[in-house]
Amino acid sequence: MESKINRYSKQLILINSFFILAWLIVSVFPFIWTFWGSFKVKADFFSRADWMFAVTGVNTLIETGDTSTVKAYVESWTEGEFWKATMNTIIITVSVVTISLFLGTLGAYALSRSTYKYTFWILIAALIFRAMPHITLVSGYLFPFFQLNVWGILPTTIIVLVAINQPFTLWLLYSFFKTVPKELDESALIDGCSYFQAFRFVIMPVMWPGVVTAGLFSMMLAYNDFTVTSLLLNQQNYTMVPKINAYLGTIEHSGNYMWAVSSVVSATAPLFMIIMFFQRQLISGLTAGAVKG
Amino acid sequence: MPHRTFFWFFFPSGLAMLLFIGLPIISSFFQSLHIEPEQILMEVEKCDPFGCKTETKVDIEATTKLQEEQPLGRFNGLGTYGDRNHLAFDEIKEAWTNSSSIAEFTDILLNLPFYKALLFTLTFCFAVTPPVVVLGFIVALSVNTITKSLKGPTIFGVILPMIVTPLIGSLVLFWMIDAKGILGSFIQFLFDDPNLSLKSSSQLTWITLIIYGIWHNTPFAFVVFYAALQTVPQDPIEAAIIDGASRYERVRHIVIPHLYPVATFIILICLMDNFRVLEPIIGFAAEGVAQSLSWMIYNDLRSENKMLFGSAGATSMLTIIGVAILLTPVLIRTWREFRTER
Amino acid sequence: MKKLLIALLFTFVTTSAYAGGHSPCGVTDGSIKILANEFTTYRIFMDEVKSCAGPDADFSVTHSVDHNKLQVAALSANPAEFSAKLVTNGSITTLMNDNLIRPLDDLVAKYGSALQDNQKIVIDGKIYAVAFMANAQHLWYRESILNDLGIAVPSTYEEVIAAAEKIKASGKMANPYAGAFKSGWNLGQEFVNMYLGHGGDFFKAGTAEVSVNNAKGVAALNMLKRLTEVSNPDFLTQDTNAVKEEWESGNVALMHIWNSGAASLLDDEGDQAIKADTRLAPSPSVGGGSKPATTLWWDGFGIATNTSDENAEASFRALLGAATSTEMANANPNATIWLIDGYSPGDTAGPVVDAANRGATPYPSLPYMSLLHGALSTELVEFLQGNESAEKALADVEAAYVAKATEQGFL
Repeated sequence: MESKINRYSKQLILINSFFILAWLIVSVFPFIWTFWGSFKVKADFFSRADWMFAVTGVNTLIETGDTSTVKAYVESWTEGEFWKATMNTIIITVSVVTISLFLGTLGAYALSRSTYKYTFWILIAALIFRAMPHITLVSGYLFPFFQLNVWGILPTTIIVLVAINQPFTLWLLYSFFKTVPKELDESALIDGCSYFQAFRFVIMPVMWPGVVTAGLFSMMLAYNDFTVTSLLLNQQNYTMVPKINAYLGTIEHSGNYMWAVSSVVSATAPLFMIIMFFQRQLISGLTAGAVKG
Repeated sequence: MPHRTFFWFFFPSGLAMLLFIGLPIISSFFQSLHIEPEQILMEVEKCDPFGCKTETKVDIEATTKLQEEQPLGRFNGLGTYGDRNHLAFDEIKEAWTNSSSIAEFTDILLNLPFYKALLFTLTFCFAVTPPVVVLGFIVALSVNTITKSLKGPTIFGVILPMIVTPLIGSLVLFWMIDAKGILGSFIQFLFDDPNLSLKSSSQLTWITLIIYGIWHNTPFAFVVFYAALQTVPQDPIEAAIIDGASRYERVRHIVIPHLYPVATFIILICLMDNFRVLEPIIGFAAEGVAQSLSWMIYNDLRSENKMLFGSAGATSMLTIIGVAILLTPVLIRTWREFRTER
Repeated sequence: MKKLLIALLFTFVTTSAYAGGHSPCGVTDGSIKILANEFTTYRIFMDEVKSCAGPDADFSVTHSVDHNKLQVAALSANPAEFSAKLVTNGSITTLMNDNLIRPLDDLVAKYGSALQDNQKIVIDGKIYAVAFMANAQHLWYRESILNDLGIAVPSTYEEVIAAAEKIKASGKMANPYAGAFKSGWNLGQEFVNMYLGHGGDFFKAGTAEVSVNNAKGVAALNMLKRLTEVSNPDFLTQDTNAVKEEWESGNVALMHIWNSGAASLLDDEGDQAIKADTRLAPSPSVGGGSKPATTLWWDGFGIATNTSDENAEASFRALLGAATSTEMANANPNATIWLIDGYSPGDTAGPVVDAANRGATPYPSLPYMSLLHGALSTELVEFLQGNESAEKALADVEAAYVAKATEQGFL
């Protein structure tokens, strides 16, 4: 409840609204533009003559008989096999989130409850691990994965993404568990529970805000990853991002740019939906202590 | 918690990190110490659709034999680290003795690939991080004051740039900033210069990349700050209001101190992520004028045919050392906190 | 669009072989796993491979834009992840260096009666790959614009610049020339073209010692610089795709890009007035030389060393079936320039044939060429931006190459 003295002056409200509006335009406009453009043909959206073509759809009208078209969507989903990439993304994202949360909560709980010095070094090692450029890690995987005959399949990529994601999950959940009072599980231990039982029955019921937040960050990583998925998956198992990249073509040969644009929209839409749905949890999870550093 | 229990709790997570991050780091390190065995060349006749001619090829038998003798390659110690494409000790020494002024020396230094990349990486890091923290904080304060019913959609709008993969985000913007694109035309109109193009000079490209970096990273700072703002204790604020403190004073003396630890967290993550900057450079086709350390690694591993594992390994190690140096202040703070907590 | 060019006689066509020997198609034993780049022509080719392999074959193909990154690791494993890899004269050297593709003489003897001699890639007396298509960069121009200003089709780069300056002066276009100058592989390729056009040699004969810092290298760089002065100021960000967009938007009257761009540049999407005005011309020569300043490329396939003989035979048969399919070639005459017997080239093949006839150099299949190309890709930018002299840029290229070649054991 706002106290009366804390009310905002008219000027402040005006400046504030203006600022927020401007910032919203800056963040959202590129997406609106891409969404709008995805219903045009290439000659309009990528016109080097006049950007107004992308708004009015001059060439779209000439080529398709209407000022907007869903051709790119239809073609990329059928001919471009984007549905397959979508399936793979779903499988990868769901598995990565589940496994990383499972491993992450256990590990982070242990880190937050142990008082030995090595926990500090483990956390520092996790930080250093997080700093490693992904591209180096991936090039290191290629050879052993081919030798072991596990290259190109989804499970390998899932495990790699889980591992790459662990440091951040650990840190986030570690800070979260730090805010859960120790007395809670300590009393359970005194009552004769094992650590695992304490975790299962005392900690699990209260950990969800932190877990949802960590889960959302893992999801974004798995959903958006390019470096790992493009090199560790074979073409049948491509997820959406490498698939979009493949539509862009190579040096000598042009790709299908409009497929890429419409796929960008197709790929971003579900992510928007999830974030819209979970945004409150994301904030409240962070609020609950995960941000204490 | 006893060691045993700790071990079992941490084992799965630790194993995953050890196998898929720890081992590759160690193996990159070993690779960076070695170079390929000598390649024996021979001249042979080659024929293709365009005719026959005598060309060189690798003598497979002789080279394979050498490779079998040294499966790891030739041990080169820290040689790769010191060569021209990395720390370039010889070139620097030479430049130091031969150049007449500091300016000339800096010129030569920044023409060497590693230092060129380091300069860009650091510039990017330090030009992006502070605005991100400040902007994130202001946006969070600002969103915190708006009407409840509008908060949801606003937050959603503000965090959009963060949730889109950088490769795609930068591609979308790259299409828009073309001289004939919507943003490019707008900027030409703004500066009243019909020939202005953001892609044509290195300075403008750097600025574009930095602005992109700010655009992409601010939402993260915003989300974390916004969450932390919800935990600001209300009592001191009310007391301050009663004491007649202005809004600015309240923010300055109560809110900001409360958010300090959060800010360090944001700075830590931002520095780390920006030190690895790669995708925007590719998305904005800026390889020519803006190379980062990660891009050097990428370039070594992507070069049309031959992967330069030793060189990539050396750059990776240098990157990790760079991050470690950047993070030292934060690490020291964490260490102190950790000790006091115990 | 069909009225484009008088079809030139395709000089690659040599003797047509007799059909005979074993028929390659209808594979039943062994598995076929192919790694290939991702683009339309390869997809057409792969469809044919699949239909040749037949419904009973164990067939799979991985199209990846990262195929070159994967190839060494994938084919070094034993058994290899793929039984065959599509290669070009640029990428075959890596596989040859590590002995990852096998000689095909016995398989060619058994099944390859329909192969033309020029399809066989013979190294040191053994066939290591079978080529099926050719590609090259050449000049494209807008006929109406050149006609309006009374400019003849340029046949040298000096004429290209004169023409571009005339167009610029006429006020029709601000930046009439375009080439794929994007920093990275494209930029390196522009230098390779121009340097070869000047008659340069990249290496001291028979060794991996580089020599580009010479008068020819400087001349090549200066010519590139002059071309970029009549190009869009964003030239360092423009790859082939971007150049095509400029072309289709009518901003460019002269460009030098790949012949394989014809399919999309002449299709029925976009501004038809521009497309009807688009003409293909031979690649110009430069600096008074006679050869065109371009490189010739072939695409073909190789069979993995580390795969069973059974799989190798199955893969070879299916790929060979497609690489000798006159039907496929003639059904898609403009998809590329097929090297297949009985193929009658489409309207757009002319400039590539011309380049071959005038003695254009194939892209060098040298084991260390990719290292030099990599060095060229990054070290020429500052010169083109005017921050460095040509000699300094070339010295940087050599230094960067030496460091890389030393690491790889070539020096």
